[in-house]
Amino acid sequence: MLRASGLLDRSRSRRSAGRATGGPTPDRRARRTFALLVLASLTIITLDARTGSHSPLDPARTAVGTLVGPMESATAAAFRPFTDVSGAFRTNQALRTEMSRLKAQNSALQARLAATPVDRARLAELDGITKSVGDTGYSMVAARVVAMGPMQSFSRTVTIDAGTSSGVRKDMTVLNSDGLVGRVVRATETTATVLLIVDTDSVVGGRLGTNLEIGFLRGRGSADNTGRLTLDLVDNSVVPSKDDVVVTWGSKNGVPYVAGIPIGRVESVVSSPRQSSRLAVIKPFVDFTALDVVAVVVPKSTQGDRPVLTAGAPK
Amino acid sequence: MSALRGAVLAALLCLAVVAQVVVFRYVAIDGVVPDLALILVVVAAIDRGPRFAACLGFAAGLLLDLAPPADHVAGRWALALVVVGYLAGRVRQDARSSLLTAVLVVGAASFVGTSIYAFSGVVLGDGGLPVDQMLRIIVTSVLWDLLLAPLMVPVLLWLFAVTRPLGDRAGDRAVDRAIDRTGDERARVVL
Repeated sequence: MLRASGLLDRSRSRRSAGRATGGPTPDRRARRTFALLVLASLTIITLDARTGSHSPLDPARTAVGTLVGPMESATAAAFRPFTDVSGAFRTNQALRTEMSRLKAQNSALQARLAATPVDRARLAELDGITKSVGDTGYSMVAARVVAMGPMQSFSRTVTIDAGTSSGVRKDMTVLNSDGLVGRVVRATETTATVLLIVDTDSVVGGRLGTNLEIGFLRGRGSADNTGRLTLDLVDNSVVPSKDDVVVTWGSKNGVPYVAGIPIGRVESVVSSPRQSSRLAVIKPFVDFTALDVVAVVVPKSTQGDRPVLTAGAPK
Repeated sequence: MSALRGAVLAALLCLAVVAQVVVFRYVAIDGVVPDLALILVVVAAIDRGPRFAACLGFAAGLLLDLAPPADHVAGRWALALVVVGYLAGRVRQDARSSLLTAVLVVGAASFVGTSIYAFSGVVLGDGGLPVDQMLRIIVTSVLWDLLLAPLMVPVLLWLFAVTRPLGDRAGDRAVDRAIDRTGDERARVVL
């Protein structure tokens, strides 16, 4: 169709170039097409922005997702062997340095673990939160991140290679071995889109590990590698202490977040003079630039084309 | 023939959009990747003119808006790339003169496109970031595009030349020259 109109345009332009006057000039035609397309874009934006959660664009999104999603998965699978190329060039010496560094870090961490007052009470409380999940449990489906939304779009989203055929649905919790990653915002047959918790649109209910105070974590959408979250506590009189762990407090039926998933650690506390509240800056446990294997928390009864893993959550 | 050319174009578009989110995420700078789709639209503008490029920009933008990891209001990239295609098409005669000018046009287009996208987000209140961060992202993406343009522009120009209808090539250039002249004369009259 584009071609046909292009040809038409060209033949017209040839004529008008000969005559130089009268009839629509290519300039005018281009301007008209341009105006039409801008109007079309604005219409789509209005349709999508005004209608909120039930957008008329959703069927189109699903259709494009069904088509492009498998392409992304296939490309990611084909490209995966090359992603570790840098590893092949590392020398023995570099690896040895790395190992000694890791050893030092390990012992430091162990020392800190022994020294930190990680008392039993806190552990018991965390256990309690975990138990309160009830029937939702911690059945998970493993998936791999195949694509990451560009930062130019000013949002932090990824595509994972598991979709409705594996039991992944909208509003499910996504985590990895380090902690909370995000939630599923859209799922097609074979892929799903995950909104990362560092995105500015993301709000997670969080609970401080030591005093169980609740608050809301908002993503800052930071462009640099060190994405941060802002914790806004419900009780303004509470001062979060540095290095305190924040976990999800979960919501009814674990939608969209199940309870007890570690999110991050308090990095600093900022009090704004304008409001009386204090904001805590949270450093998430998850490294969002190096996401690979993630798990989606699914209901226990899930039947799908990939195995449902049941983590060792106490029942 | 026409269907084949359409298919080539569609495949290029899909390749650009998929590579942008799958392959380039491993080399992303602070999450910013090169705008392959935008470079494709600019090259289309240089080769085929504003009308064709605006249409291609609309298609490319819509694909960027709807393809999986995207979670912003649909139509924002479409709007940005329509404008980019049209504007780049308007300066195509200058852009054609050398690779350097073509690359500069890509850089300018990248700035305009990402800025329009950012601005539409601010207007809609959709996924806003602090202005300094936005500016940093825009600058990074312009640098990425400037880096990649010298490699991509010649290849894409060649692809467009190959897929252009055979009988059209010679005639096309004559028409362009004619339009050029009439355009220049009109401009002179106006001045």
